[in-house]
This record gives sequence, structure tokens and C-alpha cells, in this order.
Amino acid sequence: MNPADTAFVLFSAALVMLMTPGLALFYGGLVRSKNVLGTIMQNFFLLGVMGIQWALVGYSLAFGPDIGGLIGSLQYLGLNGVGSEPIEAYAKTIPHAAFMIFQAMFAIITPALITGAWAERLKFSAFLVFILLWGTLVYDPMAHWVWGDGGWLKGLGALDFAGGTVVHVNAGIAALAAALVIGKRAGYGKEAIIPHNLPMTVLGAGLLWFGWFGFNAGSALAADGLATAAFIATHLATCAAVLAWCGAEWLIRGKPTTLGAASGAVAGLVAVTPAAGFVGPMSAVLIGAGAGIICYLAVLAKPKLGYDDSLDVVGVHGFGGVWGALATGLFASRAVNPAGADGLFFGNPAQLGIQALAVLVTLVYSFVLSGILLKLIDAVLGLRVSPEEELAGLDLTEHSESGYSL
Amino acid sequence: MKKIEAIIQPFKVEPVKEALHGISVEGMTVTEVKGFGRQKGIREVYRGMEYQVDLLPKVKIEIVAPDDKVQVIVDTILKSARTGRIGDGKIFVYPVEEVIRIRTGETGHAAI
Repeated sequence: MNPADTAFVLFSAALVMLMTPGLALFYGGLVRSKNVLGTIMQNFFLLGVMGIQWALVGYSLAFGPDIGGLIGSLQYLGLNGVGSEPIEAYAKTIPHAAFMIFQAMFAIITPALITGAWAERLKFSAFLVFILLWGTLVYDPMAHWVWGDGGWLKGLGALDFAGGTVVHVNAGIAALAAALVIGKRAGYGKEAIIPHNLPMTVLGAGLLWFGWFGFNAGSALAADGLATAAFIATHLATCAAVLAWCGAEWLIRGKPTTLGAASGAVAGLVAVTPAAGFVGPMSAVLIGAGAGIICYLAVLAKPKLGYDDSLDVVGVHGFGGVWGALATGLFASRAVNPAGADGLFFGNPAQLGIQALAVLVTLVYSFVLSGILLKLIDAVLGLRVSPEEELAGLDLTEHSESGYSL
Repeated sequence: MKKIEAIIQPFKVEPVKEALHGISVEGMTVTEVKGFGRQKGIREVYRGMEYQVDLLPKVKIEIVAPDDKVQVIVDTILKSARTGRIGDGKIFVYPVEEVIRIRTGETGHAAI
């Protein structure tokens, strides 16, 4: 066991944990003030719900001994047997439990991403049921397929360093399903529904950027050159994405915006997530720049597509994740990570095909299952608050609280 | 006694306050309000979508004064609040039935 690696992974786990409250603030600032607590509460409460779910069953389903390439067994139920001895298959130099708790933070933030799609209109009880089911039936299997020892997508050679498919494409397409099933907010397209606190959103974006170093660099599971490469790729891609999004805004709309800079940063972070430990710094710049432009255009196109994905989860995490996963198939280089593969630009076009397959599988599985879960919950519980409650705001109706008593 | 209610641009609050001090106006109430008249709203852009924001921030100043001071107060506000552009605001003058000082119970002109 290596003390530096262990310290690094534990610290990275803490960094990723901070991303969930960071996301809460990012989303919170984007909604109207009457819904700020409703939005923040969903994300913050997820820390509790998914933390326990992970310890009870999630970790075992995702990373337990493989069954048919599809799911882990329940051998680690209640973290049974997950102790200080390293687990060879995943991380040789840190305690098994350190790997588990690091992964826990990913299981928490992935469903949190989806909350942006149904902002300002989803019942808290329906949210809870959906998130528990989704975490167990969508996230855990997907994590197993891509990262699990024996997982079938991993076996096919799909490269996903820290969660392009498992986290972002997954959440992104689930968000589309949610937006379609739940329907638009009252007044969407007619009233001006604008962010109420962009300084809070930018604070959230800053916390996300900071925490993402744990997300990506920590996924090296060691305090070494690969973690460093992933750290640098993460940073440079984000820098490029900020410039690209704001540059595109400046050209198309005439002014760069603060929200654009914050959104660009997130888009870059999303796109570099699958690539971070496989690509060089200049490739990271190109990946980030691509994300800034692609995600900005996706967000511009949304009004024409007709669905109310309130906080652009599809545009940023969906499109950004797909671009990042495919870009990994372009820019991956064995020179950066001998345990990875080469991408198309380094002489191996087949990798792009494998990446595309992983993306397709994620899109289909997550979209279909998320849609089914939502329809089921709608039939049993009802998904949306009533029109009067939507008007009054979720802070009051779901939590009897007021965000600001100024 | 009259109440003078002036809706002015927020950046004109300090100049108006100073000008009123200059003519010995004893007190006023200042409220932040939103509104519009002929001044069209402004366009804001969030994630590429444009929004028309029609309710613009303004400031309302209320002063109660004896009848013989109303004209000089109105003139002072006009001079200090005016920029010449649409959005400068308006002044309304209302009759006041009674004024009472809470601390002492004085009424009428003694309470202004």
C-alpha cells in the first residue's frame, strides 16, 4: 500500500464530494428565487440518499464480482469485505475502501446532474423515488459495464477515464427523457424565466472546476505522472472551453456573458472527463474548444427543438459527454497512458468505433430505462406539482421555506 | 399639507437628496420600486435566449410638506432628477389629511 496514493485518492474523494454542493449552487442561481431551495435541496439531499445506497448495494452492484459482464454480485452488500487490503483489479496501492469511497462520490453527483432538467416543477417525493431507482438500475449497471472488472464495455476496449459515458452521457440523455415525460414549465416560451442569482451560479462553477481535479486526476488512483497528466488535461480543456464558448457568443450574439463563461467551463470539464488520462495537453485544448462551441450551439438550438430541459443538462452534459467520448477515440495516445489505447489521430481508427458503440449503448439504455421509470412513477405517485404549487414555488410548497427573507 | 411623491432614476437619489437638504427639507421616505412608462424595457441574454425585462428599477421618494413649500420642493426635484432622457420619472402631488408625530403625539404642521 502506498501512503501518497492513499492520501491522494481520499483527498480526491473529498474534492468530488464538494462538487455536489457546488452543483447545487450552480443550478440554484439559474432558477427563479421561489425555487432556489427546492433546487438546492434536491442536490444536497442526494448526498445523503446515494451515499447510503452506495454503501448498502450500489458499490457491490457496480464493482462487485462480475455476473455475465452485466452486473456485480451482492458480495459487498453493506460494504462487507471492503477493507484496507487493496483490490488488485481496481487499484493496487490503496485500500479497497478508499477506492469505494472515491467511487461513491461519482454515484452521488451523476443523478444530481439530471435535476437540472426538471427544475422548478418536480415533486420532492417523486424525485426521491426516481433517484433511488435510477441510481440502482441505470447508474450501477452502467458503471459495471464500463469500469467493472469483467464489465462488457470495458472488455470491448471502451476508454472512459473518469466518466464520459457513465456520468455525463448517462445523465444527459436521462435528462432528455425527463424533459419529455415531465413536460414544460408553465409559461415556458412566453414568460421571461431568467436566472435569479448568477453570482451564485459562478461560485458553483468555480467549485465544480476545483472539485473536478479530484474527479479526473483522482481517477488515476495514484499520485503519479498519469494523475498529473489528467490534472493538466482537465485544466487546459476547461480554459479552452471558456474561451471558445465566450468567443462563439461574442461572434453570434455580440457580447460574451458571465453565464457563458461558467457554462463553457462546465462544458469543457464534461468533455475532458473521459479523455483526461488518455490525451496530451494540446489535444485537451482542442477537446475543450470543441466542447465550448458544440455545447453553445446545442444550447442555442434547444428552443427550436421544443423541450424544456430547464438548465441545459442535455446541451452541456449530453452533447459535451458524447463529444468527449468520441474525442477520446480521436486523441487517445499510448504515449500518455500505456494502459489505454491509441485513437484515430494516433493511427488507430478502430478506437473511435468502440467509443461510438459505448456512447450508443449508454444513450439507448439510459433513455429507455429512465423514461420507463419516470412513466411508472408518474402513474403511481405523480411527477409534477400542481399548477398552483408551481406558481407559488417549490421552496414553499415542498419545504415550507423561503430562500431569502431580505 | 401635501405629499410629494417622486419616482426617479436610482442613480439620481444622491443628487436629489443633496438638493433637498439644500432647501431644508426635514425628512423623506425612500423606497426601491419597479416600473415603466414610456421607457421600453431592456433585453437581457441568458444562454443565447433573449428576454425582454420590462419592469425597470426605480426609486420612489415621498415627502410631506406644508402647502407653501410644495412648489420649491417640486422645482428642486425637477432640476436635480432630470437628465432629459426618457425614463426620468414623474412627480405626483397628493393632499394629506393628517400628520401625527409618533414620539410626541403632535399633529398638523408641527408634526411635519
